[in-house]
Amino acid sequence: MIRVMLPAHLRMLARVRGEVELEVAAPITLQAVLDTLEAQYPVLRGAIRDHTTLQRRPFVRFFACEEDLSHEPYDTILPDPVIRGVEPFLIIGAMAGG
Amino acid sequence: MSSVRVLVGTRKGAFILSSDEQRRQWDVSGPHFGGWEIYHMKGSPADPNRLYASQSTGWFGQIIQRSDDGGKTWAPVGNQFSYDGIPGTHQWYDGTQHPWEFTRVWHLEPSFDDPDTVYAGVEDAALFRSSDGGQTWHELSGLRTHTSGPLWQPGAGGMCLHTIVLDRTNPQRIVVAISAAGAFRSDDGGTTWQPINRGLRSGEIPDQDAEVGHCVHCVAMHPSRPDVLYMQKHWDVMRSDNAGEQWYEVSGNLPSDFGFPIAVHAHEPETIYVVPIKSDSEHFPPDARLRVYRSRTGGHEWEALTNGLPQENCYVNILRDAMAVDTLDQCGIYFGTTGGQVYASADGGDSWQAIVQNLPAVLSVEVQTLP
Repeated sequence: MIRVMLPAHLRMLARVRGEVELEVAAPITLQAVLDTLEAQYPVLRGAIRDHTTLQRRPFVRFFACEEDLSHEPYDTILPDPVIRGVEPFLIIGAMAGG
Repeated sequence: MSSVRVLVGTRKGAFILSSDEQRRQWDVSGPHFGGWEIYHMKGSPADPNRLYASQSTGWFGQIIQRSDDGGKTWAPVGNQFSYDGIPGTHQWYDGTQHPWEFTRVWHLEPSFDDPDTVYAGVEDAALFRSSDGGQTWHELSGLRTHTSGPLWQPGAGGMCLHTIVLDRTNPQRIVVAISAAGAFRSDDGGTTWQPINRGLRSGEIPDQDAEVGHCVHCVAMHPSRPDVLYMQKHWDVMRSDNAGEQWYEVSGNLPSDFGFPIAVHAHEPETIYVVPIKSDSEHFPPDARLRVYRSRTGGHEWEALTNGLPQENCYVNILRDAMAVDTLDQCGIYFGTTGGQVYASADGGDSWQAIVQNLPAVLSVEVQTLP
């Protein structure tokens, strides 16, 4: 079970509290987690990645195990603690004022 | 007894204000979608319980929300706004060509007849239509692909299509306005378009009366006089008597002819309202006095409306979509400020009261008159 922590705006949009748990088929890559997340919560399509290009939105970041995975290729395998459900995969809204 | 519902979009959420026809006591619900920018909310004339809202942030992009119960509950609908074909380029701030890129929806305009049909004006400027209640959106690409498109350039707020005026008497006619390209009209339901900017003069462009390049801020029309259009341009209040074929200035005795919104009285097609702003660099009222100006002569002659409005130390702005009217017998006028107040007049502008204060900066105000 992959644990995903969404930022407050996206929790509101997806109508969830706390972490989201996803069953993701191996290999558990960045893309596999995002695809599963968007399939389970279609309202998040376009809010994390561009609808068409699937590029990460500029002010969205992906963190796990104290590492920034935002610039890693989508076929990157997630860290083992995330795959084992020990650590969450974090989707973050970049710091900005306003 | 009739009632009024005021739909307020702000920088940090949506609010719905409700009152009976006396318009003295107001219930405030919200924030809906707290923390998100709500550029615009509007109800369907065909079904007043059908509302659409444009919800966005710079982080997570565009969401369209729909309510089928007058704003009590909402559900997200489609948010995929894909330009038709290869989007091409428009002029960028530095004079180079820049690809069209979708940023957000500025304005939602439901059709008069069908609650499921709604138009969306977006940045970078284009017009989309949904015929399934917002689930899917299709571009009316004849506008963006007009031969003048590569000459369009963004204003300071982005290259946004912010005004959509539908003609109740002629479903084939649509008028839109784009900052900073100008006004455009379609007479075939949005398939083909022509610029309608003759008579506009703008000191901010090298050819002051060019076909396109004007920073039109808002266009308004009275439903009984569809050929008469009123415009608040960046500078200048303008009028056309032939559906935009030719414009002439009606700024008259306004203390400043810079401003953003313009509105028409519900029952008096020659009575119009603007809120003068000092200048394009100082976006607050002249002399720090918040004054709505009313013309009962379709322009030229204006009177200041001040009763109930702050007349000292006022430095708010009123944005282009933040003024609207109700259709009660005694027409109500409403506007919201960047200071978070929404003011209402239940007597055509003679007197005003703040019906809510201290909201986030108000981006848009729309009004529904309910039976």
